[in-house]
Amino acid sequence: MEYNSTELMTVVAARILKNSDVCFVGIGLPSAACNLARLTHAPDITLIYESGTIQTKPDVLPLSIGDGELCETALTTVSVPEMFSYWLQGGRITAGFLGGAQIDKFGNINTTVVGDYHTPKVRLPGGGGAPEIAAFCHTIYVIMKQSTRAFVDKVDFITSFGHGDGPGQRKAMSLQTSGPSKIITDLCIMETEEATGEFIVTSIHPGVARETIQENTGWKVRFSEEVAVTEAPELEELEALRLLNEKTKKAHQG
Amino acid sequence: MSKKIQTLQEAISNYLFDGATVAMEGFTHLIPFAAGHEIIRQGFKDLELIRMTPDMIYDQLIGAGCVRKLRFSWGGNPGVGSLFRLREAIEKGYPQPMEVDEHSHAAMAAAYAAGASNMPCAIFKGYYGADLAKVNPSIKIISCPFTGERLVSVPAIRPDVTIIHAQKASKKGDVYLEGIVGVQKEAVLAARAAIVTVEEIVDELQPSGPNAVILPSWTVSAVVHVPGGAKPSYAHGYYSRDNKAYIAWEEISRDREKFAEWLNALKSNGHGI
Repeated sequence: MEYNSTELMTVVAARILKNSDVCFVGIGLPSAACNLARLTHAPDITLIYESGTIQTKPDVLPLSIGDGELCETALTTVSVPEMFSYWLQGGRITAGFLGGAQIDKFGNINTTVVGDYHTPKVRLPGGGGAPEIAAFCHTIYVIMKQSTRAFVDKVDFITSFGHGDGPGQRKAMSLQTSGPSKIITDLCIMETEEATGEFIVTSIHPGVARETIQENTGWKVRFSEEVAVTEAPELEELEALRLLNEKTKKAHQG
Repeated sequence: MSKKIQTLQEAISNYLFDGATVAMEGFTHLIPFAAGHEIIRQGFKDLELIRMTPDMIYDQLIGAGCVRKLRFSWGGNPGVGSLFRLREAIEKGYPQPMEVDEHSHAAMAAAYAAGASNMPCAIFKGYYGADLAKVNPSIKIISCPFTGERLVSVPAIRPDVTIIHAQKASKKGDVYLEGIVGVQKEAVLAARAAIVTVEEIVDELQPSGPNAVILPSWTVSAVVHVPGGAKPSYAHGYYSRDNKAYIAWEEISRDREKFAEWLNALKSNGHGI
Protein backbone atom coordinates (compact mmCIF):
# COMPACT_ATOMS: atom_id res chain seq x y z
CA MET A 1 0.00 0.00 0.00
CA GLU A 2 1.29 3.47 -0.90
CA TYR A 3 1.87 6.00 1.85
CA ASN A 4 3.27 9.51 2.16
CA SER A 5 6.10 10.69 4.41
CA THR A 6 3.79 12.25 7.01
CA GLU A 7 1.93 8.96 7.36
CA LEU A 8 5.21 7.11 7.69
CA MET A 9 6.46 9.44 10.45
CA THR A 10 3.19 9.17 12.32
CA VAL A 11 3.12 5.37 12.16
CA VAL A 12 6.78 5.06 13.20
CA ALA A 13 6.22 7.41 16.16
CA ALA A 14 3.07 5.55 17.21
CA ARG A 15 4.92 2.23 17.27
CA ILE A 16 7.44 3.51 19.82
CA LEU A 17 4.70 4.06 22.40
CA LYS A 18 3.79 1.36 24.89
CA ASN A 19 0.43 0.43 26.34
CA SER A 20 1.76 1.39 29.78
CA ASP A 21 2.96 4.87 28.73
CA VAL A 22 1.62 8.04 30.29
CA CYS A 23 2.10 10.46 27.46
CA PHE A 24 2.20 14.27 27.38
CA VAL A 25 0.78 15.06 23.96
CA GLY A 26 1.37 18.07 21.74
CA ILE A 27 -0.78 19.29 18.85
CA GLY A 28 -0.13 18.10 15.28
CA LEU A 29 1.90 15.01 14.43
CA PRO A 30 2.44 13.99 18.10
CA SER A 31 -1.30 14.05 18.70
CA ALA A 32 -1.88 11.93 15.59
CA ALA A 33 0.83 9.44 16.63
CA CYS A 34 -0.40 9.08 20.21
CA ASN A 35 -3.99 8.54 19.18
CA LEU A 36 -2.96 6.11 16.46
CA ALA A 37 -1.09 4.09 19.11
CA ARG A 38 -4.26 4.09 21.22
CA LEU A 39 -6.35 2.90 18.25
CA THR A 40 -3.91 0.13 17.32
CA HIS A 41 -1.42 -1.63 19.63
CA ALA A 42 -1.75 0.44 22.82
CA PRO A 43 -5.45 0.69 23.71
CA ASP A 44 -4.77 1.54 27.38
CA ILE A 45 -2.17 4.25 26.82
CA THR A 46 -2.80 7.34 28.95
CA LEU A 47 -2.89 10.57 26.97
CA ILE A 48 -2.54 13.90 28.76
CA TYR A 49 -2.76 17.33 27.13
CA GLU A 50 -1.35 20.38 28.89
CA SER A 51 -4.77 22.05 29.01
CA GLY A 52 -5.44 19.74 31.97
CA THR A 53 -7.22 16.81 30.35
CA ILE A 54 -6.10 13.47 31.82
CA GLN A 55 -6.68 10.09 30.20
CA THR A 56 -8.48 11.55 27.24
CA LYS A 57 -9.78 9.52 24.27
CA PRO A 58 -10.71 11.98 21.54
CA ASP A 59 -12.68 10.64 18.57
CA VAL A 60 -11.14 13.28 16.33
CA LEU A 61 -7.79 15.02 16.59
CA PRO A 62 -7.97 18.41 18.30
CA LEU A 63 -7.04 21.54 16.34
CA SER A 64 -5.98 23.30 19.54
CA ILE A 65 -4.50 22.04 22.78
CA GLY A 66 -7.73 22.85 24.62
CA ASP A 67 -10.51 21.65 22.27
CA GLY A 68 -13.75 20.66 23.98
CA GLU A 69 -13.40 17.13 22.61
CA LEU A 70 -10.40 16.55 24.90
CA CYS A 71 -12.29 17.53 28.04
CA GLU A 72 -15.48 15.66 27.10
CA THR A 73 -13.61 12.37 26.59
CA ALA A 74 -11.18 12.72 29.53
CA LEU A 75 -11.32 10.77 32.78
CA THR A 76 -10.80 14.05 34.59
CA THR A 77 -9.75 17.62 33.83
CA VAL A 78 -7.50 19.52 36.23
CA SER A 79 -6.41 23.15 36.36
CA VAL A 80 -3.29 24.25 34.50
CA PRO A 81 -1.23 24.99 37.66
CA GLU A 82 -2.08 21.50 38.90
CA MET A 83 -1.14 19.96 35.54
CA PHE A 84 2.32 21.51 35.53
CA SER A 85 3.11 21.11 39.23
CA TYR A 86 1.58 17.81 40.39
CA TRP A 87 1.57 15.85 37.14
CA LEU A 88 4.49 17.08 35.03
CA GLN A 89 6.94 18.36 37.69
CA GLY A 90 5.68 15.56 39.94
CA GLY A 91 7.27 13.08 37.56
CA ARG A 92 4.09 11.22 36.58
CA ILE A 93 4.63 11.43 32.81
CA THR A 94 6.68 8.73 31.09
CA ALA A 95 6.85 10.09 27.54
CA GLY A 96 6.66 13.53 25.98
CA PHE A 97 6.69 14.63 22.36
CA LEU A 98 8.34 17.78 21.10
CA GLY A 99 8.85 19.38 17.72
CA GLY A 100 10.32 22.70 16.72
CA ALA A 101 11.70 25.04 14.10
CA GLN A 102 15.31 23.97 14.76
CA ILE A 103 17.08 21.05 16.40
CA ASP A 104 20.82 20.32 16.77
CA LYS A 105 22.74 17.05 17.06
CA PHE A 106 22.39 17.11 20.87
CA GLY A 107 18.62 17.38 20.67
CA ASN A 108 18.42 21.00 21.84
CA ILE A 109 15.30 22.53 20.33
CA ASN A 110 14.42 26.09 19.28
CA THR A 111 10.82 27.29 18.99
CA THR A 112 11.48 30.86 20.12
CA VAL A 113 13.35 33.03 17.58
CA VAL A 114 15.35 32.88 14.38
CA GLY A 115 18.24 35.32 14.84
CA ASP A 116 19.00 37.30 17.99
CA TYR A 117 16.44 37.12 20.81
CA HIS A 118 16.17 40.89 21.27
CA THR A 119 16.15 41.75 17.54
CA PRO A 120 14.73 38.59 15.96
CA LYS A 121 14.54 37.97 12.23
CA VAL A 122 11.53 35.75 12.85
CA ARG A 123 9.62 35.65 16.09
CA LEU A 124 8.29 32.10 16.65
CA PRO A 125 5.51 31.23 19.15
CA GLY A 126 7.90 30.41 22.01
CA GLY A 127 8.29 27.58 24.46
CA GLY A 128 4.87 27.08 26.04
CA GLY A 129 5.19 23.89 28.05
CA ALA A 130 8.34 22.65 26.28
CA PRO A 131 11.15 23.71 28.68
CA GLU A 132 9.65 21.71 31.54
CA ILE A 133 8.29 18.89 29.34
CA ALA A 134 11.89 18.35 28.18
CA ALA A 135 13.02 18.27 31.81
CA PHE A 136 10.41 16.12 33.52
CA CYS A 137 9.00 13.53 31.11
CA HIS A 138 11.00 10.35 31.65
CA THR A 139 11.91 10.36 27.97
CA ILE A 140 11.33 12.65 25.00
CA TYR A 141 10.55 11.78 21.42
CA VAL A 142 10.96 14.38 18.71
CA ILE A 143 9.03 14.34 15.42
CA MET A 144 10.32 16.70 12.72
CA LYS A 145 10.67 16.76 8.94
CA GLN A 146 14.33 16.69 8.03
CA SER A 147 15.90 19.66 6.20
CA THR A 148 19.07 21.72 6.58
CA ARG A 149 16.94 24.64 7.76
CA ALA A 150 15.58 22.62 10.68
CA PHE A 151 18.47 20.24 11.45
CA VAL A 152 21.18 22.78 12.23
CA ASP A 153 24.69 22.63 13.65
CA LYS A 154 23.76 25.08 16.39
CA VAL A 155 20.28 26.27 17.30
CA ASP A 156 19.80 30.06 17.48
CA PHE A 157 18.14 29.73 20.89
CA ILE A 158 17.75 26.80 23.29
CA THR A 159 14.04 26.79 24.08
CA SER A 160 14.13 23.28 25.48
CA PHE A 161 17.32 21.58 26.58
CA GLY A 162 18.39 18.26 25.12
CA HIS A 163 21.90 17.18 25.99
CA GLY A 164 23.55 20.64 25.86
CA ASP A 165 26.83 20.14 24.05
CA GLY A 166 27.76 16.73 25.34
CA PRO A 167 26.97 13.89 27.72
CA GLY A 168 26.56 14.32 31.46
CA GLN A 169 25.12 17.84 31.39
CA ARG A 170 21.64 16.78 32.43
CA LYS A 171 23.01 14.81 35.38
CA ALA A 172 25.14 17.80 36.41
CA MET A 173 21.88 19.78 36.83
CA SER A 174 20.49 16.83 38.87
CA LEU A 175 18.00 15.97 36.14
CA GLN A 176 17.17 12.28 36.40
CA THR A 177 15.26 12.06 33.11
CA SER A 178 16.78 10.87 29.85
CA GLY A 179 15.85 13.87 27.70
CA PRO A 180 15.39 13.46 23.95
CA SER A 181 16.08 9.81 23.09
CA LYS A 182 14.68 9.45 19.57
CA ILE A 183 14.13 11.76 16.63
CA ILE A 184 11.66 10.49 14.06
CA THR A 185 11.98 12.20 10.70
CA ASP A 186 10.57 11.60 7.24
CA LEU A 187 13.89 9.93 6.29
CA CYS A 188 15.12 8.01 9.31
CA ILE A 189 15.17 7.40 13.06
CA MET A 190 18.01 8.91 15.08
CA GLU A 191 18.84 7.88 18.63
CA THR A 192 21.13 9.33 21.29
CA GLU A 193 24.57 7.78 21.50
CA GLU A 194 25.34 7.45 25.18
CA ALA A 195 29.09 8.11 24.99
CA THR A 196 28.78 11.40 23.08
CA GLY A 197 25.23 12.61 23.72
CA GLU A 198 24.88 13.00 19.93
CA PHE A 199 22.07 11.77 17.75
CA ILE A 200 23.11 9.09 15.27
CA VAL A 201 21.07 7.33 12.60
CA THR A 202 19.91 3.88 13.74
CA SER A 203 17.17 3.12 11.21
CA ILE A 204 16.62 4.31 7.66
CA HIS A 205 13.14 4.45 6.14
CA PRO A 206 12.51 2.21 3.09
CA GLY A 207 14.04 3.51 -0.12
CA VAL A 208 15.99 6.38 1.49
CA ALA A 209 19.71 6.75 0.62
CA ARG A 210 22.33 7.66 3.23
CA GLU A 211 23.34 10.65 1.06
CA THR A 212 19.79 12.02 1.19
CA ILE A 213 19.92 12.03 4.98
CA GLN A 214 23.23 13.94 4.92
CA GLU A 215 21.95 16.39 2.30
CA ASN A 216 19.08 17.29 4.62
CA THR A 217 21.12 17.64 7.80
CA GLY A 218 23.21 20.63 8.87
CA TRP A 219 25.79 18.58 10.78
CA LYS A 220 28.06 15.68 9.79
CA VAL A 221 25.70 12.72 10.11
CA ARG A 222 26.94 9.57 11.81
CA PHE A 223 25.39 6.13 11.44
CA SER A 224 25.31 3.38 14.06
CA GLU A 225 27.34 0.22 13.37
CA GLU A 226 24.22 -1.68 12.48
CA VAL A 227 21.62 0.40 10.72
CA ALA A 228 18.14 -1.10 10.44
CA VAL A 229 15.63 -0.55 7.68
CA THR A 230 12.43 0.88 9.15
CA GLU A 231 9.48 -1.45 8.65
CA ALA A 232 7.02 0.08 6.21
CA PRO A 233 3.58 0.97 7.62
CA GLU A 234 1.16 -1.93 7.58
CA LEU A 235 -2.26 -1.87 6.03
CA GLU A 236 -4.15 -1.73 9.31
CA GLU A 237 -1.97 1.08 10.67
CA LEU A 238 -2.56 3.15 7.55
CA GLU A 239 -6.28 2.44 7.58
CA ALA A 240 -6.63 3.45 11.21
CA LEU A 241 -4.64 6.65 10.61
CA ARG A 242 -6.60 7.60 7.49
CA LEU A 243 -9.92 7.01 9.19
CA LEU A 244 -8.81 9.22 12.09
CA ASN A 245 -7.67 11.98 9.71
CA GLU A 246 -10.89 11.75 7.72
CA LYS A 247 -13.07 12.03 10.84
CA THR A 248 -10.94 14.94 12.01
CA LYS A 249 -11.24 16.80 8.72
CA LYS A 250 -15.00 16.36 8.68
CA ALA A 251 -15.38 17.55 12.27
CA HIS A 252 -13.28 20.69 11.74
CA GLN A 253 -15.07 21.63 8.54
CA GLY A 254 -18.41 21.36 10.28
CA MET B 1 -19.03 50.28 42.81
CA SER B 2 -22.33 49.40 44.35
CA LYS B 3 -24.03 46.94 42.04
CA LYS B 4 -22.38 43.65 41.12
CA ILE B 5 -24.20 43.03 37.85
CA GLN B 6 -23.03 45.67 35.38
CA THR B 7 -23.09 46.30 31.65
CA LEU B 8 -19.92 45.49 29.73
CA GLN B 9 -19.37 49.17 29.01
CA GLU B 10 -19.71 50.03 32.71
CA ALA B 11 -17.48 47.22 33.94
CA ILE B 12 -14.63 47.99 31.54
CA SER B 13 -14.77 51.73 32.18
CA ASN B 14 -15.07 51.24 35.97
CA TYR B 15 -11.97 49.07 36.42
CA LEU B 16 -9.63 49.60 33.46
CA PHE B 17 -7.27 52.56 33.21
CA ASP B 18 -4.42 53.58 30.92
CA GLY B 19 -1.25 51.74 31.96
CA ALA B 20 -3.14 49.04 33.90
CA THR B 21 -1.80 45.52 34.26
CA VAL B 22 -4.52 43.29 32.84
CA ALA B 23 -4.82 39.49 32.71
CA MET B 24 -7.50 37.98 30.46
CA GLU B 25 -7.36 34.25 30.95
CA GLY B 26 -8.97 31.11 29.52
CA PHE B 27 -6.79 28.27 28.21
CA THR B 28 -8.17 27.98 24.66
CA HIS B 29 -11.59 27.65 26.34
CA LEU B 30 -13.73 30.57 27.66
CA ILE B 31 -11.54 33.36 26.27
CA PRO B 32 -13.17 36.73 27.10
CA PHE B 33 -13.30 38.11 23.55
CA ALA B 34 -16.27 40.45 24.03
CA ALA B 35 -14.54 42.14 26.98
CA GLY B 36 -11.33 42.49 24.97
CA HIS B 37 -13.24 44.14 22.15
CA GLU B 38 -14.80 46.58 24.59
CA ILE B 39 -11.30 47.55 25.80
CA ILE B 40 -10.37 48.32 22.18
CA ARG B 41 -13.56 50.36 21.70
CA GLN B 42 -12.94 52.39 24.85
CA GLY B 43 -9.40 53.05 23.60
CA PHE B 44 -7.26 52.20 26.63
CA LYS B 45 -3.51 52.69 26.10
CA ASP B 46 -0.19 51.44 27.47
CA LEU B 47 -1.67 48.30 28.97
CA GLU B 48 0.58 45.62 30.37
CA LEU B 49 -1.16 42.45 29.24
CA ILE B 50 -0.64 39.07 30.85
CA ARG B 51 -1.80 35.78 29.38
CA MET B 52 -0.26 32.33 28.98
CA THR B 53 -1.37 32.05 25.35
CA PRO B 54 -2.01 35.52 23.87
CA ASP B 55 -4.33 33.99 21.24
CA MET B 56 -6.34 36.03 18.74
CA ILE B 57 -7.68 38.37 21.42
CA TYR B 58 -4.26 39.80 22.36
CA ASP B 59 -3.24 39.90 18.68
CA GLN B 60 -6.23 42.22 18.25
CA LEU B 61 -5.41 44.38 21.29
CA ILE B 62 -1.74 44.63 20.20
CA GLY B 63 -2.69 45.53 16.63
CA ALA B 64 -5.12 48.15 17.94
CA GLY B 65 -2.24 49.89 19.75
CA CYS B 66 -3.45 49.26 23.32
CA VAL B 67 -0.38 47.38 24.56
CA ARG B 68 2.94 48.56 26.05
CA LYS B 69 4.13 45.25 27.51
CA LEU B 70 3.25 41.56 27.22
CA ARG B 71 3.93 38.80 29.74
CA PHE B 72 3.25 35.43 28.11
CA SER B 73 4.45 31.89 27.45
CA TRP B 74 3.20 30.79 24.00
CA GLY B 75 2.36 33.32 21.31
CA GLY B 76 0.87 31.44 18.38
CA ASN B 77 -2.53 30.98 16.73
CA PRO B 78 -3.43 27.54 18.16
CA GLY B 79 -3.49 24.87 15.48
CA VAL B 80 -2.98 27.50 12.74
CA GLY B 81 0.37 29.31 12.98
CA SER B 82 1.48 32.84 13.76
CA LEU B 83 -0.13 35.82 15.42
CA PHE B 84 1.13 38.46 12.99
CA ARG B 85 0.14 41.58 14.97
CA LEU B 86 2.14 40.20 17.92
CA ARG B 87 5.06 39.36 15.61
CA GLU B 88 5.08 42.78 13.97
CA ALA B 89 5.10 44.48 17.36
CA ILE B 90 8.16 42.46 18.41
CA GLU B 91 9.97 42.29 15.05
CA LYS B 92 9.24 45.80 13.77
CA GLY B 93 7.88 47.82 16.69
CA TYR B 94 4.58 48.27 14.82
CA PRO B 95 2.13 49.86 15.64
CA GLN B 96 4.33 50.62 18.65
CA PRO B 97 7.28 48.93 20.36
CA MET B 98 6.23 46.28 22.85
CA GLU B 99 8.23 45.14 25.85
CA VAL B 100 8.27 41.38 26.28
CA ASP B 101 8.41 39.41 29.53
CA GLU B 102 8.52 35.82 28.30
CA HIS B 103 8.19 32.69 30.42
CA SER B 104 7.27 29.01 30.13
CA HIS B 105 3.77 27.68 30.85
CA ALA B 106 5.00 26.12 34.10
CA ALA B 107 6.36 29.50 35.22
CA MET B 108 3.20 31.40 34.32
CA ALA B 109 0.96 28.85 36.04
CA ALA B 110 3.14 28.97 39.16
CA ALA B 111 3.18 32.79 39.06
CA TYR B 112 -0.64 32.97 38.98
CA ALA B 113 -0.87 30.50 41.87
CA ALA B 114 1.69 32.60 43.78
CA GLY B 115 -0.35 35.75 43.12
CA ALA B 116 -3.51 34.11 44.39
CA SER B 117 -1.55 32.96 47.48
CA ASN B 118 -0.35 36.51 48.24
CA MET B 119 3.25 35.46 47.64
CA PRO B 120 5.76 37.91 46.10
CA CYS B 121 7.20 35.18 43.89
CA ALA B 122 6.68 31.67 42.64
CA ILE B 123 9.18 28.89 43.28
CA PHE B 124 9.33 25.82 41.07
CA LYS B 125 11.67 23.53 39.16
CA GLY B 126 12.30 24.46 35.56
CA TYR B 127 14.27 26.23 32.82
CA TYR B 128 17.04 23.61 32.95
CA GLY B 129 19.57 24.67 30.32
CA ALA B 130 16.96 26.94 28.73
CA ASP B 131 18.14 30.22 27.16
CA LEU B 132 15.05 32.10 28.36
CA ALA B 133 16.66 32.20 31.81
CA LYS B 134 19.62 34.05 30.22
CA VAL B 135 17.62 36.70 28.36
CA ASN B 136 14.84 37.42 30.86
CA PRO B 137 16.23 39.08 34.03
CA SER B 138 13.02 38.31 35.94
CA ILE B 139 13.88 34.58 35.94
CA LYS B 140 16.13 33.88 38.93
CA ILE B 141 17.92 30.63 39.72
CA ILE B 142 17.91 30.08 43.50
CA SER B 143 18.85 27.32 45.94
CA CYS B 144 16.50 25.42 48.20
CA PRO B 145 17.23 26.68 51.76
CA PHE B 146 16.94 23.11 53.08
CA THR B 147 18.58 20.89 50.46
CA GLY B 148 20.52 23.30 48.26
CA GLU B 149 18.73 21.99 45.19
CA ARG B 150 18.57 24.26 42.12
CA LEU B 151 15.18 25.95 41.94
CA VAL B 152 13.72 28.81 39.90
CA SER B 153 11.83 31.87 41.00
CA VAL B 154 9.75 34.33 38.99
CA PRO B 155 7.70 37.30 40.24
CA ALA B 156 4.09 36.51 41.20
CA ILE B 157 1.38 37.79 38.86
CA ARG B 158 -0.72 40.50 40.55
CA PRO B 159 -2.90 42.12 37.88
CA ASP B 160 -4.75 45.39 38.47
CA VAL B 161 -7.64 43.72 36.68
CA THR B 162 -8.35 40.12 35.70
CA ILE B 163 -11.06 39.41 33.15
CA ILE B 164 -12.51 35.96 32.54
CA HIS B 165 -15.56 34.46 30.88
CA ALA B 166 -17.63 31.79 32.66
CA GLN B 167 -20.73 29.73 32.02
CA LYS B 168 -22.99 31.02 34.78
CA ALA B 169 -23.46 33.49 37.58
CA SER B 170 -26.23 33.81 40.11
CA LYS B 171 -28.12 37.10 40.46
CA LYS B 172 -26.06 37.70 43.58
CA GLY B 173 -22.89 37.36 41.50
CA ASP B 174 -21.50 33.96 42.46
CA VAL B 175 -19.68 32.55 39.40
CA TYR B 176 -19.57 28.97 38.13
CA LEU B 177 -17.23 27.57 35.49
CA GLU B 178 -16.48 24.09 34.21
CA GLY B 179 -14.61 22.21 31.52
CA ILE B 180 -11.03 23.19 30.84
CA VAL B 181 -10.65 25.64 33.73
CA GLY B 182 -7.07 26.74 32.98
CA VAL B 183 -5.73 29.35 35.41
CA GLN B 184 -8.91 31.41 35.74
CA LYS B 185 -9.48 30.84 39.45
CA GLU B 186 -5.89 31.77 40.25
CA ALA B 187 -6.01 34.79 37.92
CA VAL B 188 -9.15 36.14 39.62
CA LEU B 189 -7.85 35.58 43.15
CA ALA B 190 -4.49 37.19 42.25
CA ALA B 191 -6.08 40.43 41.00
CA ARG B 192 -7.09 43.68 42.67
CA ALA B 193 -10.31 43.74 40.63
CA ALA B 194 -11.99 41.02 38.59
CA ILE B 195 -14.56 41.27 35.82
CA VAL B 196 -16.45 38.12 34.82
CA THR B 197 -18.58 37.91 31.70
CA VAL B 198 -21.04 34.99 31.68
CA GLU B 199 -23.28 33.09 29.28
CA GLU B 200 -26.23 33.08 31.69
CA ILE B 201 -27.42 34.72 34.85
CA VAL B 202 -29.61 32.33 36.84
CA ASP B 203 -31.63 32.51 40.05
CA GLU B 204 -29.51 29.86 41.65
CA LEU B 205 -26.33 28.07 40.61
CA GLN B 206 -26.79 24.34 40.44
CA PRO B 207 -23.24 23.01 40.46
CA SER B 208 -22.58 19.47 39.25
CA GLY B 209 -21.12 18.54 42.64
CA PRO B 210 -19.61 20.00 45.80
CA ASN B 211 -16.17 20.44 44.18
CA ALA B 212 -17.20 22.53 41.19
CA VAL B 213 -15.12 25.62 40.44
CA ILE B 214 -17.01 28.48 42.09
CA LEU B 215 -15.87 32.04 42.59
CA PRO B 216 -18.00 33.59 45.35
CA SER B 217 -19.51 36.99 44.53
CA TRP B 218 -17.25 38.71 47.06
CA THR B 219 -14.16 37.67 45.07
CA VAL B 220 -15.31 39.38 41.87
CA SER B 221 -15.89 43.08 41.24
CA ALA B 222 -18.38 42.91 38.40
CA VAL B 223 -20.45 40.28 36.62
CA VAL B 224 -21.64 41.00 33.10
CA HIS B 225 -24.22 39.06 31.10
CA VAL B 226 -22.64 38.53 27.65
CA PRO B 227 -24.04 35.47 25.85
CA GLY B 228 -21.51 34.33 23.25
CA GLY B 229 -18.85 36.47 24.96
CA ALA B 230 -16.14 33.85 24.41
CA LYS B 231 -16.69 33.44 20.64
CA PRO B 232 -14.81 32.43 18.49
CA SER B 233 -13.31 30.38 21.35
CA TYR B 234 -15.85 28.16 23.03
CA ALA B 235 -17.98 27.70 26.13
CA HIS B 236 -18.31 24.10 27.30
CA GLY B 237 -22.02 23.20 27.32
CA TYR B 238 -23.00 26.23 25.18
CA TYR B 239 -21.11 26.38 21.87
CA SER B 240 -18.00 24.89 20.32
CA ARG B 241 -14.80 26.46 19.09
CA ASP B 242 -15.14 28.25 15.76
CA ASN B 243 -12.04 26.77 14.18
CA LYS B 244 -12.86 28.45 10.86
CA ALA B 245 -12.62 31.87 12.50
CA TYR B 246 -9.16 31.02 13.85
CA ILE B 247 -8.07 29.89 10.39
CA ALA B 248 -9.59 33.02 8.81
CA TRP B 249 -7.76 35.24 11.32
CA GLU B 250 -4.44 34.25 9.73
CA GLU B 251 -5.21 36.32 6.61
CA ILE B 252 -6.53 39.34 8.52
CA SER B 253 -3.68 39.33 11.01
CA ARG B 254 -1.02 38.99 8.31
CA ASP B 255 -2.01 42.17 6.47
CA ARG B 256 -1.94 45.65 8.04
CA GLU B 257 -4.72 46.93 5.77
CA LYS B 258 -7.02 43.98 6.33
CA PHE B 259 -6.45 44.34 10.05
CA ALA B 260 -7.27 48.08 9.86
CA GLU B 261 -10.54 47.21 8.10
CA TRP B 262 -11.34 44.67 10.79
CA LEU B 263 -10.58 47.26 13.48
CA ASN B 264 -12.77 49.91 11.87
CA ALA B 265 -15.63 47.44 11.61
CA LEU B 266 -15.25 46.54 15.29
CA LYS B 267 -15.27 50.19 16.33
CA SER B 268 -18.15 51.25 14.08
CA ASN B 269 -20.65 48.40 14.34
CA GLY B 270 -19.61 46.90 17.61
CA HIS B 271 -18.86 43.49 16.18
CA GLY B 272 -15.64 41.59 15.69
CA ILE B 273 -15.61 38.46 13.61
